Amino acid sequence: MTTRIDRRMAKLKSEGRPALVTYIMGGDPDYETSLSIMKALPVSGSDIIELGMPFSDPMADGPAIQAAGLRALKGGQTLARTLKMASEFRAGDDETPIVLMGYYNPIYIYGVDRFLADAKASGIDGLIVVDLPPEMDEELCIPALKAGVNFIRLATPTTDDKRLPKVLENTSGFVYYVSMTGITGSALADTAKVSAAVTRIKGHTALPVCVGFGVKTAEQARVIGASADGVVVGTAIVNAVANVLGPKGEKTADPAEAVATLVSGLAQGVRSARLAAAE
Amino acid sequence: MNKPAMPNSFRTGPDEQGMFGIFGGRFVAETLMPLILDLEEQWNKAKNDPEFKAELQNLSTHYAGRPSKLYFAEGLTKHLGGAKVYFKREDLNHTGSHKINNCLGQILLAKRMGKKRIIAETGAGQHGVASATVAARFGYPCVVYMGATDVARQSPNVFRMKLLGAEVRPVTAGHGTLKDAMNEALRDWVTNVEDTYYLIGTAAGPHPYPELVRDFQSVIGSEARAQMLEQEGRLPDVIIAAVGGGSNAIGLFHPFLDDKDVRIIGIEAGGRGLDGVEHCASMNAGKPGVLHGNRTYLLQNADGQILDGHSISAGLDYPGVGPEHSWLRDSGRVQYEPILDDEALEAFQLTTRVEGIIPALESAHAIAHAMKIVPKMDKDQLVIVNLSGRGDKDVHTVAKMLGMEI
Repeated sequence: MTTRIDRRMAKLKSEGRPALVTYIMGGDPDYETSLSIMKALPVSGSDIIELGMPFSDPMADGPAIQAAGLRALKGGQTLARTLKMASEFRAGDDETPIVLMGYYNPIYIYGVDRFLADAKASGIDGLIVVDLPPEMDEELCIPALKAGVNFIRLATPTTDDKRLPKVLENTSGFVYYVSMTGITGSALADTAKVSAAVTRIKGHTALPVCVGFGVKTAEQARVIGASADGVVVGTAIVNAVANVLGPKGEKTADPAEAVATLVSGLAQGVRSARLAAAE
Repeated sequence: MNKPAMPNSFRTGPDEQGMFGIFGGRFVAETLMPLILDLEEQWNKAKNDPEFKAELQNLSTHYAGRPSKLYFAEGLTKHLGGAKVYFKREDLNHTGSHKINNCLGQILLAKRMGKKRIIAETGAGQHGVASATVAARFGYPCVVYMGATDVARQSPNVFRMKLLGAEVRPVTAGHGTLKDAMNEALRDWVTNVEDTYYLIGTAAGPHPYPELVRDFQSVIGSEARAQMLEQEGRLPDVIIAAVGGGSNAIGLFHPFLDDKDVRIIGIEAGGRGLDGVEHCASMNAGKPGVLHGNRTYLLQNADGQILDGHSISAGLDYPGVGPEHSWLRDSGRVQYEPILDDEALEAFQLTTRVEGIIPALESAHAIAHAMKIVPKMDKDQLVIVNLSGRGDKDVHTVAKMLGMEI
């Protein structure tokens, strides 16, 4: 069974360029604004959307995404509303893949079966759940695969060759390579090391490999995109939203426009990746 | 809910996946997973290694001062007029609480694993002080994450940690308490995974932490059981300990779990009452969820967002609990009861006056429950209360509650 992710990745492969994967926090700073940001993403050149599910205790995230999650929760965001947001987006765009990203507890409390049914109905294509390693596959990964939802695993610099097969075993859609040992938004690791890691992972799987954590500029996106099948940008986008919010959370400019400007630049970087590599 | 079948023994957990029934597990980011598997392997080797055991035994005796005494609290017993009350005197250990038991064990593990740096989280500061102590003793740099609220209310312990050479990093996220400190410690760990050992202070977190912390703390219950047999010729009728994350409690309880005539009671922080959100009684008022690497009872809202909770005692101010306690609760082997801030404060003052012992506010919660049940018990019955730590660190908090300036 192919998903929107499989189709999109195949299309980009035929075009000979990597995917631009953009992360936004669902409900940041409020539902309507967040939906308008989400709608602006494909128009600005995003190929795949990662929609963050806010959680009170995001243990793998740096200060920017922590703050975004708190803004969203303060704005009344819940998992149910994040799913609603996806389905409203989906009504106007049946092609752009949506991957939900977050932590397990809100899903566990929502109920795994109910969550998968509602996610599927909302047009969700994949899941990234940070605190569910392969050892916990029975919790959500296996049920998700049965329901036809991709389960995208994180591989990290600590995932050695011995462990990689276990990490890749039930992974589908793409593999998300975390560029460094650290939290989201840290400084980007040495790009030569990242490139070597991507090659190493590709030796174990035919799945596309996307690289994230630390990619902030079009130039970085271009360099990473030369070897990876996709580049994930999160913190820089979340910061673009934060930058147009005043001290009391009031909007000083249109967040959707701020994000669109940033994403357009990143899209150019990604689109020139292979051209540059070929030179 | 989720009532498991009654097992033949309550002492065999966790299983190979690190589960106690549905509780426990390894809910961590992939970056940490290889490290946690390595820790498990090293722990399995260490616990059966006579050399490791001998080194820990030697430190426990000559450095920490074990065995701690089982003390007949005659003053409190007379005052309450019921069963005989004994205190297990963990307050007399080096650093003033039970926390040293676990820290000595884990620092030896860190040494075996060749780690170069120690990090820890702390609530009341007891675990932070114990971590800073063993780091100083073994020559490791040490960073302690502590909620900003706790830094303010436990200033004597903050100073002790600094004297011991540790760096104390205040955490301002959330309410600035233990939960937030643990998040930040996990972020540090995921960033510095190659050279850093995370010295978790309570019997929670991803497997194998709940198991290894329990095993290092079980010396409390093993000693208490033998001491009671020696002093009274029989087992106690009731044992009581306070439960935050639950390390002193599981340490006392575990050796007694298969003594079916011993009633076991864990005390949660009832704060200002269970009706609102100002308490930390996760097993009385929460429901199972996933946080900090394990599934356990948690204070959370309908959307699965974790609540902050409240307790007068920084050491109990945590919205979760170790997974083995959750399992013991559901299996019915251990009964968990809440004690309010005011009740703990009263027990703190009473113990100080009739025993000449200033108990930690955490331990005062356990004493407060004894004050409720002991008067209704027979004079020949026996109760052990775990006096998990001394209360010098709490005098500022207590003075403030009593409206005094010091």
